[in-house]
Amino acid sequence: MYSFDYTKPTDLSAAVDSLGTEGAQAMGGGQTLIPVLKQRLSQPSILVDLSGIESLKGIRRMGDMLVIGAGTTHGAVAGSSDVSGAIAGLTELAGKIGDPQVRNRGTIGGSLANNDPAACYPSAALALGATIETNKREIAADDFFQGLYATALEEGEVITAVKFPIPVASTYQKFEQPASRFSLTSVFLAKMADGSVRVGVTGAGADGVFRHAGLEQALSANFAASAVDGVEVSAEGMSNDLHATPEFRANLVKVMTKRAVEALS
Amino acid sequence: MSTISITVNGKQKSGDAQGNTLLVDFLRSELKMTGTHVGCDTSQCGACVVHVNGESVKSCSVFASACDGATVTTIEGMANDDGSLGVIQAAFQEQHGLQCGFCTPGMVMSIAEMLKNNPQPTEAEIREGLKGNICRCTGYHNIVKAAQSAAAALAGAAQAAE
Repeated sequence: MYSFDYTKPTDLSAAVDSLGTEGAQAMGGGQTLIPVLKQRLSQPSILVDLSGIESLKGIRRMGDMLVIGAGTTHGAVAGSSDVSGAIAGLTELAGKIGDPQVRNRGTIGGSLANNDPAACYPSAALALGATIETNKREIAADDFFQGLYATALEEGEVITAVKFPIPVASTYQKFEQPASRFSLTSVFLAKMADGSVRVGVTGAGADGVFRHAGLEQALSANFAASAVDGVEVSAEGMSNDLHATPEFRANLVKVMTKRAVEALS
Repeated sequence: MSTISITVNGKQKSGDAQGNTLLVDFLRSELKMTGTHVGCDTSQCGACVVHVNGESVKSCSVFASACDGATVTTIEGMANDDGSLGVIQAAFQEQHGLQCGFCTPGMVMSIAEMLKNNPQPTEAEIREGLKGNICRCTGYHNIVKAAQSAAAALAGAAQAAE
């Protein structure tokens, strides 16, 4: 690692102040960022560790919304009865991230801010139509993700919480790359209160996480696995690497969507 | 450079750390506690697992400065007070749960947390709970047996205490 200063503020305003320093970098749980720092792919002047800010942690139900603080760990989400009682798909998702040690440190805010194309949480944020709350504003998930590792976050902007509308039913179907346990192609499927069905896909898109309009239309009209058969999922725009071809990923989108429908039927 | 104070295995310890000093390097180089191993240094192998405030973490993926004031338990804290092997360590010995032994400190620490949260795990739950720990010798079979044996021994001890 390059050398850098380290600070662990206990309140958000102090963190935002520190992030105003030239070359400052925010850190959630560090489970992606620390390996990146070790590879010298990042050279911050000061690392602002957000994990000491208690106001960013916690899970609460607010009417028809579930609000998860940005500093809440994957382990806390996976073990929360508030989450499993409201959005079962989020429980499945959080419990399948990495391994127990990663889940004890990694946070939902860190995952969303990093927007790794194979991360799990972005698919849930998109499929559930979440709102990303920051220290400056609220951003709709549909506007938040802007390509590989790119988000709507500005310099010095920190995610404070994520607000998830509570769906009628939801599930996360993960097809993992067996060595890294990131998503090779995974689908978050949500049946919303207005009858619509939303499909978030991660791990597959060359531009990162996306919703699939064709699948959403077909399943909103007929919520059955057979409805997926008639939908064309193009290999165009899917990522291509040594783990899987675009065609394989496109096929997996349909397979995982079918499994999701079956899991909720 | 700043001074970090942590409680390690019940004892107060202090040492110097840079902003980028990892917890595992602080434990090994500053506190000279070399039971915690660095296997891959890329957050994958789990040889460096310790507990920070009661939760298992990969100490190669946590900064020492983040643990200032924390309570840390390492493999050195898993032995009995008289220096004999603790229950999980003894189970590894009895079940031949190690060959070269390099991954064992992390395996023991991961199993300790697993059994605390789930005292009677199924084989599938044990394998799932050890996803963050890699062993290149055993093929995992005897490690799973060691976890099962430790779970039974701890359950027996708990029953005897009642």
